[in-house]
Amino acid sequence: MKLRIKFSKHGVLKFIGHLDVMRYFQKAIRRAGIDIAYSSGFSPHQVMSFAAPLGVGLESNGEYMDIEVNSLTSSQQVMDALNGQMADGIRVLEVKLLGDNSGNAMASVAAASYSIRFREGHRPQFLSAESLNDFCGQQEITVTKKTKRSEAVFDMKPYIYGLSLDEDGSTIHLTVDASSANNLKPSLVMKAYFEMNGSIPDDNALLITREETYLNIGNDIQPDFKPLGYIGSDY
Amino acid sequence: MRKLALSDEILMQVEKPARYIGNEINSVMKDASDVDIRFAMCFPDVYEIGMSHLGIQIIYDMLNRYEDTWCERVYSPWVDLDAVMRQKDIPLFALESQDPVRDFDFLGITIQYEMCYTNILQVIDLAKIPLIAADRTWEHPIVIGGGPCAYNPEPIADFFDIFYIGEGETQYRPLLDLYKECRRLGVSREEFLAKAAKLPGMYVPQMYEVRYNDDGTIASFSPKRGDIPAKVVKELVTDLTDTYYPEKPVVPFIKCTQDRVVLEIQRGCIRGCRFCQAGQIYRPVRERDVDMLKKYALKMLDSTGYEEITLSSLSSSDYSKLEELVNFLIDICHEKKVNISLPSLRIDAFSLDVMEKIQDIKKSSLTFAPEAGSQRLRDVINKGLTEEVILNGATMAFKGGWNRVKLYFMLGLPTETDNDIREIAELANKIAAAYYETVPKEERSGKVQIVASTSFFVPKPFTPFQWAPQCTKEEFLDKAYKTKKAIMEQLNQKSIKYNWHEADASVMEGIFARGDRKLCRPILEAYKKGCIFDAWGEYYKHDVWIETFNECGTDIGFYTTRERNADEIFPWDFIDCGVSREFLRCEWENAMNGNVTPNCKVKCSACGAAKFGCGVCVEERKSC
Repeated sequence: MKLRIKFSKHGVLKFIGHLDVMRYFQKAIRRAGIDIAYSSGFSPHQVMSFAAPLGVGLESNGEYMDIEVNSLTSSQQVMDALNGQMADGIRVLEVKLLGDNSGNAMASVAAASYSIRFREGHRPQFLSAESLNDFCGQQEITVTKKTKRSEAVFDMKPYIYGLSLDEDGSTIHLTVDASSANNLKPSLVMKAYFEMNGSIPDDNALLITREETYLNIGNDIQPDFKPLGYIGSDY
Repeated sequence: MRKLALSDEILMQVEKPARYIGNEINSVMKDASDVDIRFAMCFPDVYEIGMSHLGIQIIYDMLNRYEDTWCERVYSPWVDLDAVMRQKDIPLFALESQDPVRDFDFLGITIQYEMCYTNILQVIDLAKIPLIAADRTWEHPIVIGGGPCAYNPEPIADFFDIFYIGEGETQYRPLLDLYKECRRLGVSREEFLAKAAKLPGMYVPQMYEVRYNDDGTIASFSPKRGDIPAKVVKELVTDLTDTYYPEKPVVPFIKCTQDRVVLEIQRGCIRGCRFCQAGQIYRPVRERDVDMLKKYALKMLDSTGYEEITLSSLSSSDYSKLEELVNFLIDICHEKKVNISLPSLRIDAFSLDVMEKIQDIKKSSLTFAPEAGSQRLRDVINKGLTEEVILNGATMAFKGGWNRVKLYFMLGLPTETDNDIREIAELANKIAAAYYETVPKEERSGKVQIVASTSFFVPKPFTPFQWAPQCTKEEFLDKAYKTKKAIMEQLNQKSIKYNWHEADASVMEGIFARGDRKLCRPILEAYKKGCIFDAWGEYYKHDVWIETFNECGTDIGFYTTRERNADEIFPWDFIDCGVSREFLRCEWENAMNGNVTPNCKVKCSACGAAKFGCGVCVEERKSC
């Protein structure tokens, strides 16, 4: 039986990388006494899969992982047991039971939404709802992506699903493709936006929080994004 | 949410920021205003190394059980952060509260190896504490050192207020009480240190005066005041079952060198190998009760969630209830899906059976540490491992499916000849031959793989070899070359791989190991020239060290290659570790004559440790 667990990651935990978060949860699950399933062999491993890796330095309100369990108690019991074992900065938000045919967390990811704020003194002058509209209205939105071997010009426009500024002008809301094939980093979108305005973002100017991770219950042409936990149920 | 000492900007630019944020599971948070004593406990190396150290976990747990004390952890900032902290003038902080170490009452530093000496200076310096103890005031923490290198603290004597000689469990409470009392009464720092020097196990270098002969050896070593003891007796825990041990060790976020539950089954070693310092200074052997170990194994696995557990001791095969303990662990680990990693056990039917149960034979290897190639030299070093035992063990293992063997040797041992070196190669060859004789062709999965490694022998204080000359770098490298050549000449040379250590670091380790107070200056100067992380090959600046020794007029040979006279006063002679100098000298004679001394369980050889009245010294002996 598969459980989908949603958690948040804040504060100093943002400095803990993806692999270490996995190792952290492996231990937390043991401490919490969750009846997780193990692989066989000399070094049994917990059957566990994480949705979308979160970069170091980012916070999140919408992280997901799936675990396989041997027996069921209740959503509340698992949530309480895990929250009894969390370090300061990380909280389990929901636990859902998945149907037998649900795809795994990582393969299911289609999109993610982010809120982007600016560190004090780093909010750019040009930031406005209009300039964000202009940014999105371009024919194509290109940046040069550097890899180890080459440089390639990349058009990110098809992968931006939403970009807006909230009313007080402090926070940018961004929804982008987060699938394993086309994952678009919010910092790359901001780089393009700054470049369009003849500027370069300071590495430490942005405070980025992943707000939610989505799957697509529509199709490629007419996507319908729902939080990853949508397909599960309380039990 | 705690406020971090480092800004996000800095944390994002350094490697592994998790080293500096604290907040780990089972780390202890207290309200600073609720405690009387702030204690910063430091392992002067990078976080992943320091967090792997059991001793700090024990003391951290013990001190935090005291209601009036908050013990926090400090590690060496890695070179990237070190540069940022100096550039931006950020003072060194403790992980839990993120408060500057300078404001603490104590800075405790565990000294596990000689090559960390400049890192000690780095930590004190970054904390903005004067490097020289005599320059400190009540504005600064009491800097106290401990650990194995405190058994010869002289090369770093100037930098410490106090050295704690021996095991940490016993004297911290009296020391903290004395500190509180002295602060309450408003006595001077110097007076506090004088009082501390009278506590068992405490050595306050400033209270002692050293005079030298013209040849640089020590003429006299004595307390400056009549009320300060001339000898410091090491501290030890007489009952290792009824004592402190962490039930909830701190669990790091990032992968550390020792990333598992560590169960210390006993302290000390019965074997008495003559090159081994740990085998002497931790005498007598004291076992922990097997039921206590079972209880703690369960508690620690439950409180940490670790997926692996290991045993710690100098020679686990000598633990009397090993079989019972290991079988218990196999059962609970199977149930909890936890891996067991066993330290190198003596290879016999029992250990092979256990290894077969807990690990994949294809991926594991056998380890033997003969330390010397010939039986003659093994008798000199009192290593009671014979060729017959090695070949029998290896043959048994080959039958069981193993085909990888690791062999550990030392080069440069006293009395070593070219013949002893050749026998290293011959032993490796005999093991390879045993494989081809034991395992029929059709059952072999490729060649047998034998890895022979040699390290260079460094004479250590409180060992029978403390009088021995150490080899020069050139002699070391010549010996490694001869070993390699001898291996190349073996019939099965294609099955044998040979590794050897760097010689420069061994010479440096030798200087510090038997060094005296005169070395404080070159160590300080080398640090000022940028030497830190000397234990890390890529940061070790050999040329800078040699240049510094030259500038300070330090004669390297005085510390390394010189043969000491029988009656020379050693810098560490003021310490009484239980084992007497007479016993060590007698063992030196035995070594020169190739006489073997039986282990403590077979026969008491009157080393002197019996005066502590505990452990193997008071147990009934049965032959083994």
